[in-house]
Amino acid sequence: MHNYLDFEKPIAELEGKIEELRHLSSDGQMNIADEVGKMQAKVDKLLVTTYQKLTPWQKTQVARHHDRPHAMDYINSLIDDFTPLAGDRQFAEDPAVVGGMGRFRGQSVVVIGNEKGSDTVARVRHNFGMAKPEGYRKAQRLMKLADRFNLPVITLVDTPGAYPGVEAEARGQAEAIARSIEVCFGIKVPFVSVVIGEGGSGGAIALAAANVVVMMEHSVYSVISPEGCASILWRDGDMAETAAGALKLTAQDLADLGVIDAIVAEPLGGAHREREQAIQSVGKEIDKQLAELAALPGDALRSARREKFLKMGTNGLA
Amino acid sequence: MNWLREFVRPKLKRLVGAGKEMPDNLWHKCPGCSQMIFHRDLEKYLHVCQHCGHHLRIGADKRLAMLFDEGAFEKITWDVPKPDPLKFKDTETYAARLKSARAKTGDQDALIAGVGRMNGLPVVVAALNFAFMGGSMGQAMGAGLLAAARKAVDEKAAFVVIPSSGGARMQEGILSLMQMARTTIAVDEVKEAGLPYIVVLTDPTTGGVSASYAMLGDIHIAEPGAVIGFAGQRVIEQTIRETLPEGFQRAEYLLEHGMVDMVVPRGELRDTLARVIDMLLNPEPGRRVDGSDQDIDLLEGEILPPARSHRPGAAPVPGDD
Repeated sequence: MHNYLDFEKPIAELEGKIEELRHLSSDGQMNIADEVGKMQAKVDKLLVTTYQKLTPWQKTQVARHHDRPHAMDYINSLIDDFTPLAGDRQFAEDPAVVGGMGRFRGQSVVVIGNEKGSDTVARVRHNFGMAKPEGYRKAQRLMKLADRFNLPVITLVDTPGAYPGVEAEARGQAEAIARSIEVCFGIKVPFVSVVIGEGGSGGAIALAAANVVVMMEHSVYSVISPEGCASILWRDGDMAETAAGALKLTAQDLADLGVIDAIVAEPLGGAHREREQAIQSVGKEIDKQLAELAALPGDALRSARREKFLKMGTNGLA
Repeated sequence: MNWLREFVRPKLKRLVGAGKEMPDNLWHKCPGCSQMIFHRDLEKYLHVCQHCGHHLRIGADKRLAMLFDEGAFEKITWDVPKPDPLKFKDTETYAARLKSARAKTGDQDALIAGVGRMNGLPVVVAALNFAFMGGSMGQAMGAGLLAAARKAVDEKAAFVVIPSSGGARMQEGILSLMQMARTTIAVDEVKEAGLPYIVVLTDPTTGGVSASYAMLGDIHIAEPGAVIGFAGQRVIEQTIRETLPEGFQRAEYLLEHGMVDMVVPRGELRDTLARVIDMLLNPEPGRRVDGSDQDIDLLEGEILPPARSHRPGAAPVPGDD
């Protein structure tokens, strides 16, 4: 049983009918294989047409889908011997940023991700993926650890943004983000970042100033949430759908703008439908990108990373 | 209560026949205490209210003039990038907003930078103009900050940045976010050249600007009362559903929480900057250039080297980013 998004209503209805038929046929009388087959074909076709032309707002909803694989799902599936590391050594451990070391295809790596949590209890524990300063400072610590031992860094970006709260401000949220970006540009190891869901503003780029930035097909990455943008520029939060379009926040837009390097195709109907397949596609892409970066010496990795971002000042849609 | 709102203003102007020769900005109302400040006093006190000490927001050109010797500096220029990369439109097009901001300020964008001398010391100053679309950071600011930072490296000058910004320029979408990365690299180039990078945080410094180059200084100086933080106060109030404490995100609060080194009134800013820059650029005795007796006059155009490498027995700096 899926959690359906608003625009998936026709799909939901068809799948509901299939479910009903299957239920009826369990009585044994009717032969429904034909009928179900036809309807399943219809569902697939509908999924293709719907997901081919998702609007930026629909993509935002898919990117935030509760059933989408989250950072820990990727880590559990792709990283062997994952050893979580905790704490910023200054104030606290922030469960909104997960991280540690492990082996990816046999190679020791450091992995850092924003974790949103997959059920209500987990979502609260991970603060819905909104990190506090200690989360970014932990990320800095892990990046420096990777640098010291010459381990590639993989980051998995999925956050609505940095946490806007009193304690976060008191402990220097702005400084923590700024310093994380600085550390991203300082390390001399291969660094690949994947936006797996929602790339929310400063809270995202703090972990994503990487040699290679990859986005999932239906992920989004933006300077501000469509809702936030709508309430500031339109003075009307209901204009979020329009704002999502104006912000050019889809993976395809960002590729056109030269901000990201690759897009990972998602399974039919989005990563939340075939989670493991989505995770393996990401694994394949990370593998490919790390293999290319492995050929470069540390200084070259660092300067290539800087050069790449320094060029992001003259871009625009043709 | 209509009579309160819809009263008819007596037409005093017509009665006294005031007109052309009376400039209407002789008096300014202080946003802090609501008292009136005469325009000459405003200039004299560097736009600080003489009644309550409130530091009024001032433009970038005033900032530069205030800090350089005799107010003289060479403006730094750079290629202005392609405007409106997204062809953005909200209730108005970004192109139109940009045009009116340019007309209002006479500047191309929110950042102005100059190179010159401060108490004889080589300094590059880059300041933001809040009046230009809230001092927001887009591609133009990234380009400007990078040009200014590189000028500082070329001139072996100290780099002073004076932000006043609400954050990223939403109308440039993800490309404005990327300027956080770009400006971080820019200021790191200065730091890596062994030159001082000093931030003077003024009202307001928030969002993407505070979460990038504005919080990466060797020294952080804040103006009294300036709002400095990451998230906007309205957003925080909505998140925690409480009213924020008095003084939250003010310069003094940041001082207390260890995020800035000092809170310095505008009148003392220039001397403080010059003293700090002198110590960092000229650590050896007998190289002072601040007008005291041990002065060694700088030759015309002489550039002071960052002296770190000449310091005998200097311990390596502890490994940090």
